[in-house]
Amino acid sequence: MYETIYHRPSSVDEAAALFAKGSEAKYLSGGHTLIPVMKQRLASPSDVIDLGKIKELIGIDVSVDAVTIKAATTHYDVAMNGPAQKAIPALAHLASLIGDPAVRHRGTIGGSIANNDPAADYPSAVLALGATVKTNKRSISADDFFKGLFTTALADGEIITQVSFPIPAKAGYSKFPHPASRFALTGVFVVKTKSGDVRVAATGASQSGVMRVPAIEAALKANWSAGALDSVKISADGLMSDLHGSSDYRANLIKVMAQRAVTAAG
Amino acid sequence: MSTVKLTVNGKAVSAEVEDRTLLVHLLREHLNLTGTHVGCDTSQCGACVVHIDGKAVKSCTVLAGQAAGSSVTTIEGISKGDELHPMQAAFRDNHGLQCGYCTPGMIMSAIDIVNRYGGKLDEDTVRHELEGNICRCTGYHNIVKSVLDAAGRMKVAQAAE
Amino acid sequence: MGVEGIGASVVRKEDRRFITGKGRYVDDIKLQGMTYAQFVRSPHAHAKVKSIDTAAAMKMPGVVGVLTGKEIVDDKVGNLICGWAITSKDGSPMKMGAWPAMAPETVRFVGQAVAVVIAETKNQARDAAEAVVVNYEELPAAADIRAAIKPGAPQLHPEAPGNVIYDWTIGEEAATDAAFKSAANVVSLDITNNRLVPNAMEPRAAIAEYNEAEEHFTLYTTSQNPHVARLVLSAFYNIAPEHKLRVVAPDVGGGFGSKIFIYPEEMVALWASKKVRRPVKWTGDRSEAFLTDAHGRDHLTKAEMAFDKDNKVTALRVKTYANLGAYMSLFSSSVPTYLYATLLSGQYNIPNIFAEVISVYTNTVPVDAYRGAGRPEASFVVERLMETAARQLKVDPGELRRKNFITQFPHQTPVIMAYDVGDFGASLDAAMKAIDYAGFPARKAKAKSEGKLRGIGLSCYIEACGIAPSKAVGSLGAGVGLWESAEVRVNPVGTIEILTGSHSHGQGHETTFAQLVADRLGIPISQVQIVHGDTDKVQFGMGTYGSRSAAVGMSAIFKAMEKVEAKAKKIAAHQLEASEGDIVIENGEFKVTGTDKSIALPMVALAAYTAHNLPDGMEPGLKEGAFYDPTNFTFPAGAYICELEVDSGTGKTSFVNFVAADDFGRLINPMIVEGQVHGGLAQGIGQALLEGAVYDSSGQLVTASFMDYTMPRADDLPSFKLNHTTTLCPGNPLGVKGCGEAGAIGASAAVINAITDAIGNNKLEMPATPDRVWHAIHG
Repeated sequence: MYETIYHRPSSVDEAAALFAKGSEAKYLSGGHTLIPVMKQRLASPSDVIDLGKIKELIGIDVSVDAVTIKAATTHYDVAMNGPAQKAIPALAHLASLIGDPAVRHRGTIGGSIANNDPAADYPSAVLALGATVKTNKRSISADDFFKGLFTTALADGEIITQVSFPIPAKAGYSKFPHPASRFALTGVFVVKTKSGDVRVAATGASQSGVMRVPAIEAALKANWSAGALDSVKISADGLMSDLHGSSDYRANLIKVMAQRAVTAAG
Repeated sequence: MSTVKLTVNGKAVSAEVEDRTLLVHLLREHLNLTGTHVGCDTSQCGACVVHIDGKAVKSCTVLAGQAAGSSVTTIEGISKGDELHPMQAAFRDNHGLQCGYCTPGMIMSAIDIVNRYGGKLDEDTVRHELEGNICRCTGYHNIVKSVLDAAGRMKVAQAAE
Repeated sequence: MGVEGIGASVVRKEDRRFITGKGRYVDDIKLQGMTYAQFVRSPHAHAKVKSIDTAAAMKMPGVVGVLTGKEIVDDKVGNLICGWAITSKDGSPMKMGAWPAMAPETVRFVGQAVAVVIAETKNQARDAAEAVVVNYEELPAAADIRAAIKPGAPQLHPEAPGNVIYDWTIGEEAATDAAFKSAANVVSLDITNNRLVPNAMEPRAAIAEYNEAEEHFTLYTTSQNPHVARLVLSAFYNIAPEHKLRVVAPDVGGGFGSKIFIYPEEMVALWASKKVRRPVKWTGDRSEAFLTDAHGRDHLTKAEMAFDKDNKVTALRVKTYANLGAYMSLFSSSVPTYLYATLLSGQYNIPNIFAEVISVYTNTVPVDAYRGAGRPEASFVVERLMETAARQLKVDPGELRRKNFITQFPHQTPVIMAYDVGDFGASLDAAMKAIDYAGFPARKAKAKSEGKLRGIGLSCYIEACGIAPSKAVGSLGAGVGLWESAEVRVNPVGTIEILTGSHSHGQGHETTFAQLVADRLGIPISQVQIVHGDTDKVQFGMGTYGSRSAAVGMSAIFKAMEKVEAKAKKIAAHQLEASEGDIVIENGEFKVTGTDKSIALPMVALAAYTAHNLPDGMEPGLKEGAFYDPTNFTFPAGAYICELEVDSGTGKTSFVNFVAADDFGRLINPMIVEGQVHGGLAQGIGQALLEGAVYDSSGQLVTASFMDYTMPRADDLPSFKLNHTTTLCPGNPLGVKGCGEAGAIGASAAVINAITDAIGNNKLEMPATPDRVWHAIHG
């Protein structure tokens, strides 16, 4: 790791001010993305600004309509939060599948979606549930937030403060883990909204990051059942292909994981 | 350089370190607590697991500065004098270690698992929960056995306290 | 004898320091004035080093020195060597290309060191290493066997035209061909034995210290065999004469073969410590381990088995290409030859065997021994062929094996090995019983009715362990003898130190070796200290690998114990005024048989050291040494059966049951033996399902971290059901065979046989990843 300057602000405003002062500052939340990259010397921020201890960024609120998770809330806290489990069990389940227990104790939702790793779990939930990402400057809808591999709508220095998930009628998440890294080789989040709309997002599969799967959405809208997807064909075009999963295998996994997610959703 | 103050194994400590210093290096190089090991550079093997404020974390993926003000427990801090922690004893009694390199991290993760699950542990759960700790020697068979054994012992120990 | 003697599952003496974080591994050691080394490594698989500019690095903060490959060559540090000479079928010697510790002119694999930076801190060394400017001229690379043997392939070494190191054969070709001509049935397979990364959890490390006044070096290193390291560093690398070099291998965090070899980093650390006049520490990180630790396996094989009309095997013909990487590592040449092809008879009576092995250079890190070393590859060939034959001949795979088992011992195979003893049928029986083999068809049918694909797979392995009779390996080209030495020191107070040339890096020698002493003398193991891993303390030793520590290392202790006991009995008889022949040893006492007269061990020891009243002419002291050279290999064997289910939607494999029935001869500590089997099975299953080192066509390692190289984790593996059958090894005084490698040798075939049974498609390569299995199911 290159030398850097570590800061621990106590408010979002202070963090943003520190960022503006740094020549090439980076925010750090749980650190489980940034620190590994810094260790490999693939990132060399002048300043590291720790958001992890900012009180206004930690906590979970569950209302009648939405589960709102503040950005520096850990995966562990989401997975274990009783009201969140009750409101959107699939979301808590997803959090319980990220990384491993020690990673879940540190990793945060804000860090995960700001990084937008194409194999991360959270982006699929954010997109499928049609969540709203709130920052220190504005609100961004999920459909506008993810812009491709490791790219988001966030402006330089913008800080995610919370993510608000509308409570759906039904939702399920099924993940096929990458055998080595345990990221999603393919993970599919299926949602039936209270208004009857169906939204399905797949992570780990596409060359351009998390994506909606219209073919599956259409089939499930017509018939919300795993069997309804039997005849759906997913194209391998544009899907990732690597040592652990060829594109046609990933295309298969999108369908199979979607079926299992629907079954889990009930 | 910064001064990092934290509590390690119940004692207040302070160290002058570069800001890029990882917690594991603070422990090993500055505090001579070499029981916490480094087995990979991608936050996966778990040889470096310690507890921060009672939760298992990978100390290779935490800056020393992030741990400032926290209470850190390492493998050196879990026995009471000569009396082994029940997890340590279970690893010994069930041959849950061979070369010993992954063992400190394995034990710290295992204690965290039992703390979270209490007595509601079965083999599948233990195997799944050990996802973040890699052992090359044991095939995990006796590690799983050790954790299940210790879960019972820790329950008894807690009841006695 | 007794609760701590042979056969008792004693908890390990060494555990306390490990479970309390007090183990002492190389990276835990700090020396006064210690500096840190960071290597500058090639990013290219094949390139000319045009120039190295160290000026900027030298000016970086904390830098003590920057040294390059040219300087190590100028200082006449020797090239790395391969210690086992193999002769090609045309009589020519193997073609060894030069391997300098740091490359002065040409780099041949990604990660090869070209320079080293020594600095006051680890971070400063790493910062400065980036400031070393290396100008490379890239050359085309041959990254795998197929690319290396193609006409017009890039040439790695001028010494080896066509990149062929040797083309070696074993067995009778004409007789084998004739048997195939007259065969009723022939089964053939193309097999890839996937390349593996050993990945001991402790990365390699070294600390070198030069004492100017004494002109003496000390090296702390992660070694399975510190004496061999000292010998090689002295005799071949010209670093220091043996008496001026101490090598210490303290606690070592796993080896699995990868820490047998003497690597460039240790050589450079030693050499550099004299250059910079400061202790030098190098600790590899996991990325360096992936790039520079010797890998294992990596064979391409065509194998055929001939059967007569009664389904008896009449011949086996094998042609194997083995990838040895860019340079020949210490024992690399022997692994695909004498440790592989000599085991191709498996557990079967095969009258004709012919094997040809062509080893090639590629632009990859060297390949050498990894747990099992040649024997897993052989067992996989034989057991895949057997299973395939059973399917092709439509007979039960267990019955086909039984029909061909060797049942008379000793048995001379056509490929050198003479099996001394065994009962292969007993192991198969035990395994079949443990898994309820007879009930499998019903379980498969039930699974099918639930939409699941269930399969069962057998593997009946044999290995040659207890490596090895020195004369025999010498005649086959080994540069060393493979005996072991031991010294038994009875201290004046009666406590005992055992100095052994074996090295424990997880095997539990501090306990099992003490059990032997406890067994013979009837004293608690707490009275016994096992001393190993330090050339200043232990006279000599060949180290630990090839499942040799019990069969060879403990036999040496046994021999030394016999000498100690003989002398102690003489002293006791003298003290007790009895006849030497009447003295028996029980519970730590020397007793006159048939009387109540006795003298305790501490009093005998004290008498030996005070020497006030010893038999006439007897030397004082009670300390004896022995060298033990085995007369044959040992032949652990067994049967593994795996039952599993495959998820046809994802291709994912889940274990239902995995049973083992091993014959290791006498078990010293069954708990530790079972631990060894568990670990071996995990590595064998890892090879079958998860692990595979992959280089892309340009020679970049694609699987260069745990993010891409799948290490077996707890949730990838089942609990194992272990059984033991026993035929005592007649070749050593303890009747032991060795248990360290069996699991890794036998498991992979059982897994692949089970998956291919489940999916009904025999074409499946290792690792059988979900992607591959899914494609094998769905095309």
